[in-house]
Amino acid sequence: MKKTSLLIAGLASAPASAASVSITIPQLKVAEYHRPYVAAWVEPAGGGAARTVFVWYDIKLKGNEPGTKWLADLRTWWRKGGRALKQPADGISGATRAPGTHKVALPADLKPGQYTLYVEAARETGGREILSLPLAIPAARGSVSGKSELGAITLSR
Amino acid sequence: MRMKTRLIAAAALIAVSTPSLAHRGWLLPSATIFSGAEDWVTVDAAASNDLFFPDHRPMQLGGVKVWAPDGSEGKIANPSTGNVRSTFDVQLNKPGTWKIGTAQSGVGGTFKVDGVEWRLGGRRGPPPGAAPGQGAPGGPNMNQAGPGPAPRFVGSIDEIPANATDINITETSGRNEIFATAGEPTTTVFQPTNKGLEMLPVTHPAELVRGEPSQFKFLVDGKPAQALKVTIVPGGKRYRDGDGSFEVMTGADGVATVNWPEAGMFWLNTTLADKSPSIAKATGRRMSYTATLEVMAP
Repeated sequence: MKKTSLLIAGLASAPASAASVSITIPQLKVAEYHRPYVAAWVEPAGGGAARTVFVWYDIKLKGNEPGTKWLADLRTWWRKGGRALKQPADGISGATRAPGTHKVALPADLKPGQYTLYVEAARETGGREILSLPLAIPAARGSVSGKSELGAITLSR
Repeated sequence: MRMKTRLIAAAALIAVSTPSLAHRGWLLPSATIFSGAEDWVTVDAAASNDLFFPDHRPMQLGGVKVWAPDGSEGKIANPSTGNVRSTFDVQLNKPGTWKIGTAQSGVGGTFKVDGVEWRLGGRRGPPPGAAPGQGAPGGPNMNQAGPGPAPRFVGSIDEIPANATDINITETSGRNEIFATAGEPTTTVFQPTNKGLEMLPVTHPAELVRGEPSQFKFLVDGKPAQALKVTIVPGGKRYRDGDGSFEVMTGADGVATVNWPEAGMFWLNTTLADKSPSIAKATGRRMSYTATLEVMAP
């Protein structure tokens, strides 16, 4: 019950007033395609602890080689905070997403101020890309586009 | 110039049973940062001139130890020694930072008995297997070395007789280490023994990133090793013209700051000689510290 409500709060039904981010996973014409692992986090612009917004990975894969094995490929996220999270993390962890645009609510309790939003993607047999853009709470405006593993990242509220 | 230096070093080392004089001993982990549960790290171990190309001698695995993050001793699996390279695995079955490597010590040098030079060779620590001396000095074989300057050896420092003169015995010690971190980094394996030359990471080995300065503190007998020259050599020499090595110095606090020019595996090495051996009859000591460190791209 608790898990479900947190998942809803984190990923699905964001309050109308809260900021959100849209992440575009590009369609890639490659021989062997796997959906990328993607993580997003915010850091206070003046420095401070990173806070993970979401991480999409092969959450259902268990056994000798569980889906967590490749979380370290999101190498910056892993170092900034991923490795401190117990997976799967309520309201944060989710399955990998198909190419397309996915809208995710930013944490509703982010205090007004200046932040940097980071989005990092790493794909099996593919590349890795990290993007960042300034995030003002509550304004939450702006956009940045990736070149390889990520498409447009757009803030809105 | 380089040759000359090597020859001098070789001359200084000749009496000590160091397996590879000019060659660099190295351990090469498959990765150093792990996110899965009970991941395996697989390690190559060899001695060669160029890093990390095994083309000379395998490292003997008898002395390899595993320090688990909880303070217990881990173990290597699937050890194998080939012509030019050894390999082994370690399963990182506890979360935190592991240390894997060797801590070896030895003693060697020369002394005289009645004007005749003798050598002390062999190693302390595992595996002993000291070469038997060709008769103890003063023993029945003492004067039966035959024609020519046949070397006279003793296997242990205790065999040096009381009437020995011109004692010139050097204690040697060396560490060669790698670090692997499963999940969150920990620091229990950095606890110094305060014996010999050691490295205490200030920047955690799981936090090494191109473009970010990293700091390492060097200790000799637990005290800051100041003005120590630390050499850093990137792997992959075959794919560029220069060997890419550079040197940094420790400050008064024993701390050296390294700015990584690129991401990749780096071999870090420093040596120190002094006159403070821990063995009673030794007259000096020579210490070395080696680590292979992985630097990530930002």
